[in-house]
Amino acid sequence: MALALKSTCFVQLKKPKSCCAFRSSRQLAVASTKRNTAMAALSTVSTIGISETFAKLKKEGKVALIPYITAGDPDLSTTAQALKVLDSCGSDIIELGVPYSDPLADGPVIQAAATRSLARGTNFDAIISMLKEVVPQLSSPVALFSYYNPILKRGVEKFMSIINDAGVHGLVVPDVPLEETEILRKEALKYKIELVLLTTPTTPTSRMKAIVEASEGFVYLVSSVGVTGARASVSARVETLLRDIKEATTKPVAVGFGISKPEHVKQVVRWGADGVIVGSAMVKLLGEAKSPEEGLKELEDFTRSLVSALL
Amino acid sequence: MAASIKAPPSSSSRIFPTLPRPQPLSPFKPARFTASPSPTRQLRSTISCTLVRDSAVRMDAPAQSRRPDSFGRFGSFGGKYVPETLMHALSQLESAFHALAGDDDFQKELDGILKDYVGRESPLYFAERLTEHYKRPNGEGPHIYLKREDLNHTGAHKINNAVAQALLAKRLGKNRIIAETGAGQHGVATATVCARFGLQCIIYMGAQDMERQALNVFRMRLLGAEVRPVHSGTATLKDATSEAIRDWVTNVETTHYILGSVAGPHPYPVMVREFHAVIGKETRRQAFEKWGGKPEVLVACVGGGSNAMGLFHEFVDDKEVRLIGVEAAGFGLDSGKHAATLTKGEVGVLHGAMSYLLQDEDGQIVEPHSISAGLDYPGVGPEHSFLKDIGRAEYYSCTDEEAMEAFKRLSRLEGIIPALETSHALAFLEKLCPTLPDGAKVVLNCSGRGDKDVQTAIKYLQV
Repeated sequence: MALALKSTCFVQLKKPKSCCAFRSSRQLAVASTKRNTAMAALSTVSTIGISETFAKLKKEGKVALIPYITAGDPDLSTTAQALKVLDSCGSDIIELGVPYSDPLADGPVIQAAATRSLARGTNFDAIISMLKEVVPQLSSPVALFSYYNPILKRGVEKFMSIINDAGVHGLVVPDVPLEETEILRKEALKYKIELVLLTTPTTPTSRMKAIVEASEGFVYLVSSVGVTGARASVSARVETLLRDIKEATTKPVAVGFGISKPEHVKQVVRWGADGVIVGSAMVKLLGEAKSPEEGLKELEDFTRSLVSALL
Repeated sequence: MAASIKAPPSSSSRIFPTLPRPQPLSPFKPARFTASPSPTRQLRSTISCTLVRDSAVRMDAPAQSRRPDSFGRFGSFGGKYVPETLMHALSQLESAFHALAGDDDFQKELDGILKDYVGRESPLYFAERLTEHYKRPNGEGPHIYLKREDLNHTGAHKINNAVAQALLAKRLGKNRIIAETGAGQHGVATATVCARFGLQCIIYMGAQDMERQALNVFRMRLLGAEVRPVHSGTATLKDATSEAIRDWVTNVETTHYILGSVAGPHPYPVMVREFHAVIGKETRRQAFEKWGGKPEVLVACVGGGSNAMGLFHEFVDDKEVRLIGVEAAGFGLDSGKHAATLTKGEVGVLHGAMSYLLQDEDGQIVEPHSISAGLDYPGVGPEHSFLKDIGRAEYYSCTDEEAMEAFKRLSRLEGIIPALETSHALAFLEKLCPTLPDGAKVVLNCSGRGDKDVQTAIKYLQV
């Protein structure tokens, strides 16, 4: 059963891989290794962590592309394929959203994706099983995006241990601000999960400094005052915010919330971002496609267009 | 009489917030609240001594004596679990709230509005025929009093908080107001005060609740508010609250969120409690005037828990006073269709606070059910969770059917049509009264009037 699933995925993978071959020599090398290991099925590619990925990219003078998708929308097998498509098309880190019934920080697109996913019966155990299958086939590290209650329900330590077992490297918890991160940080450290913290345009500078100090993996700069979702343009405030953060830390900074077009990507890269996070635009493609195949194809084309914007 | 030793607190018109209460058992140390720590200082200490934070904060006072602590925690409940975008606004709100505690102009303005516009104080009414109803064959039984919050302007307790927060918003220079509403009472109260103060008003309401509470929807629109239907999730109060929070995250720089219960992130639970604490303060004074003592039992319905907290807070330190909260058991506690969060829930985080909630094994929030839109909420204010865990308050539940019977009973026996929310508290008297000694003084918070519920009642009752 597991083997069958893998070989199906592998077939589907071929195309995107060839499409994105121009991405970089690094990607090509990893991709070819991956192809072999996928065939071997039992061995795994040891992926490097999130901060290491940024360090590596920095050395190469590159900016990280961080796509986000919601697990289980339209279903988990499509999510599995989407992860591979994103990975093979030149993503550097992949953020996977754990669907939640009350996603406070999300706009309509990701809310709807979470609702659809839960309605189909997606649960945490199924997501973890899927990740155990897929993560070994990815060259990019995976960060989970989860609201706090599902983490608490499982127990913070147990949650970290489970996601570490599944090969996850990072975690973003959008409804836990710095003051409440104590337990999360302790357990994340224990299980080598990089806990990424967010700073926003409304965060005073003194507070921002404390956040970047505590953030692991990278600093997540929320580009707009609001929830997730595509926006017409990127606020000019981001330039100043990036400069302020860069003065406070040497940690990499990735910009997200509202980045949805190649132009946006070019813009924030010009302003000095080390990474760009694209979520709702990706989720929308998968969610609105007539079929999963069509959605994956569109996801691939879109990812390619973002990768070109980064070159 | 023992009780007469303690004089009633002077009928000070100082309604908001008597935070530094000059009582020996006061849960607050004045110094703590007169000068709130600057956000920067608070932050720095959080960072540098994260791991010893709790003991450092609590060492100078027993955990129970200050509610909440400077992190907004009631024991392990409460806190601020919100997107980072809101953190600055919450600090601003906290500072403004503390600053206004000592602001005489603000106090005077609020007192005047509560008196002449809201119509305070609300009566403590002896429910003679209801008392008669619960007399045992030998003629003994408890005495039942109703704290008539239903007589406030707009027909419920909700306006106490709405008025104060609208004044606070004006002080913060925020002219756009948002609120969530379940039964529509908080929405109506908010729309009312926005009309009164000339503020823009947007109310989020679950689409399903808009249907159940059509009268209140019309009232809000008549008052000039925009009512935005929320279709996501279960289209009830929890989804309206989520949507209001999302609006706030988006418009935080221009907007004040008038949260309507003792729920949500710090400082809302403490702030809303203080704005409703007038209910309990008046009750103490009125009880003293009427029978020269304190009530023996306080009863209130609990959805988010604002009317209950408003009544209880004044008496939390009077250990001999029983505090009873009544939740909605919907179709029954074992039906899976209820809103009895404290009775059946588990600890988790929802809408910014850690508290008991209705959730499944994966930590997803479960759809609650109650015939009463105001109780149809899967969470509960964190202070109630705290009072439950330390055993200071008792929480029970009544079904839709029991509440409907009580709705009818009070209408027939007292000529008072109670809100369906209040009817849950009234329904619990059936179980409570037979257990109480003769002459025990029970004060039940008659939190709202039932005119808004007649559409729902028509479907249920044969009259």
